Amino acid sequence: MRIPPKYTQMFAVTLLAGATLVTLAVLLFIIVFVLQKGLPVMSVKFLFTNPQEMGRAGGIFPTLVGSVLLPLLAILIAMPLGIGTAVYLTEYTRETWVTKVIRFGTDCLAGIPSIIFGLFGFIFFVVMLGMGWSLMSGGLTLAIMILPTIIRTSEEAIRAVPHSFREVSFSLGATRWETVMKVVLPNALPGIVTGLMLGIGRCISETAAVIFTAGSSLRLPQSGFDSVRTMAVHFYILAREGLSNENAYGTAAVLIIAVLLTNLVAYWLMHRFIARRTK
Amino acid sequence: MSDAKITVRKLSVFFGQVQSLRWVTMDVPRNRILGIIGPSGSGKTTFLRTLNRLNDLFPNTHIEGEVLLDGQDIHHPGFDVVALRKRIGMVFALPVPLPMSIFDNIVYGPRLSGVKGRDRLNELVERSLKAAFLWDEVKDRLQTSGLRLSGGQQQRLCLARTLAMEPEVILLDEPCSGLDPISTAKIEEALTVLKAKYTIVLVTNNTKQAARVADDTAFFLMGEMIEYGPTPQIFTVPHDKRTNDYVTGRFG
Repeated sequence: MRIPPKYTQMFAVTLLAGATLVTLAVLLFIIVFVLQKGLPVMSVKFLFTNPQEMGRAGGIFPTLVGSVLLPLLAILIAMPLGIGTAVYLTEYTRETWVTKVIRFGTDCLAGIPSIIFGLFGFIFFVVMLGMGWSLMSGGLTLAIMILPTIIRTSEEAIRAVPHSFREVSFSLGATRWETVMKVVLPNALPGIVTGLMLGIGRCISETAAVIFTAGSSLRLPQSGFDSVRTMAVHFYILAREGLSNENAYGTAAVLIIAVLLTNLVAYWLMHRFIARRTK
Repeated sequence: MSDAKITVRKLSVFFGQVQSLRWVTMDVPRNRILGIIGPSGSGKTTFLRTLNRLNDLFPNTHIEGEVLLDGQDIHHPGFDVVALRKRIGMVFALPVPLPMSIFDNIVYGPRLSGVKGRDRLNELVERSLKAAFLWDEVKDRLQTSGLRLSGGQQQRLCLARTLAMEPEVILLDEPCSGLDPISTAKIEEALTVLKAKYTIVLVTNNTKQAARVADDTAFFLMGEMIEYGPTPQIFTVPHDKRTNDYVTGRFG
């Protein structure tokens, strides 16, 4: 017996709405839970003073600095490399088995657990190149870690730019480079920014690879070759060593708010850029 | 037809294993409108896109024969493709304004060629838009996006954008296929004025359009050029039976 379309329709809507609702509820629960426990601890003093007794008391200032510097360094290294690779693969090469292998390779790299990158960074940057546990080692390792994601998302974004835009640009006497700079990249920007934000998010939340390569020093770094601790690592250590649950949740709350703010600012900047071009 | 702007000799174009053009030989005369008619798949667009080497963008394109622009072989390794495309402008079948303002669309090409200065660019924009019969409709909103225009206006914007480069030849690939009769009339009017300064090649699916605006007409069929001559002759006393069938609508 056939079920009337009216009921299958109702069933589908219920199912899909339910899935959305469950996802949102879980997300909201986590955020509310962390903020509820963390917000009372959070204060200007908490943000801008040094930790005392390994973080049992005092603030989180050095880890805040670490969480800004390390992802910033990583993204500064990974952004030009990633976008450059994506542009080269999409605009400057013909689709052959070589590009297919490269694409398969980046897909595989994107799925590798971060601890593997951490181990590689430890062996290569920290030990072999003698950079020690430092901002540089950590930044380079994180850059390698997020590179595949940035390449793939940028590539998809660039591929989504209509071919006709390129033809128009070429027919107006633009070179390939001019076409890339004036037509392809500006139109691929929203997708590229999404990829960059994903990369920054992964850097901010990373712990394993950071401990292996940037160490966990609680002092403020004086140069690129000093060890740093990020908020995520700080949270991990506070919680795992049972040093201070309050401060752990305080750190987590700052972390969540920081990620939220970075995303908001990035999307605001992007929309301003787009609005200026298509008003 | 001795004064040829473009000379095509034994031109064959292959995409991979598929041959899209066979041994096309013809002269494109200066300061006239050449209409190219033929059913879809006859190689009209391929022919057009060979003239500004836009087919180079497709992988596995292979070209035999010669295309001479003012006597120079455009496929010669030393020939500058970018310079070629500045000399031979193109308007596509579907209007594709770049997602930027009307003003920026028009100065896109000139800026790349190094044209600078507010006054010069303003003057160029006004002149191009007037030549494309669009100025009066958009003069108060040059900073709005080209995407906001109607289809017919967008196509005239594309024409203005091509004119702004001050090319020598204008290629039009079924420029009116998606337009209403009034927009079509405006484009045709623009073309008949423009031929005084430019050499125009107009590919069209609309035989009546060729009859209206083209000085010479070529009929393409399955990758071959069947017949080529002055438009009145092609439409009244064609030599080839297939041309006659096509222009009288008995083709099938």
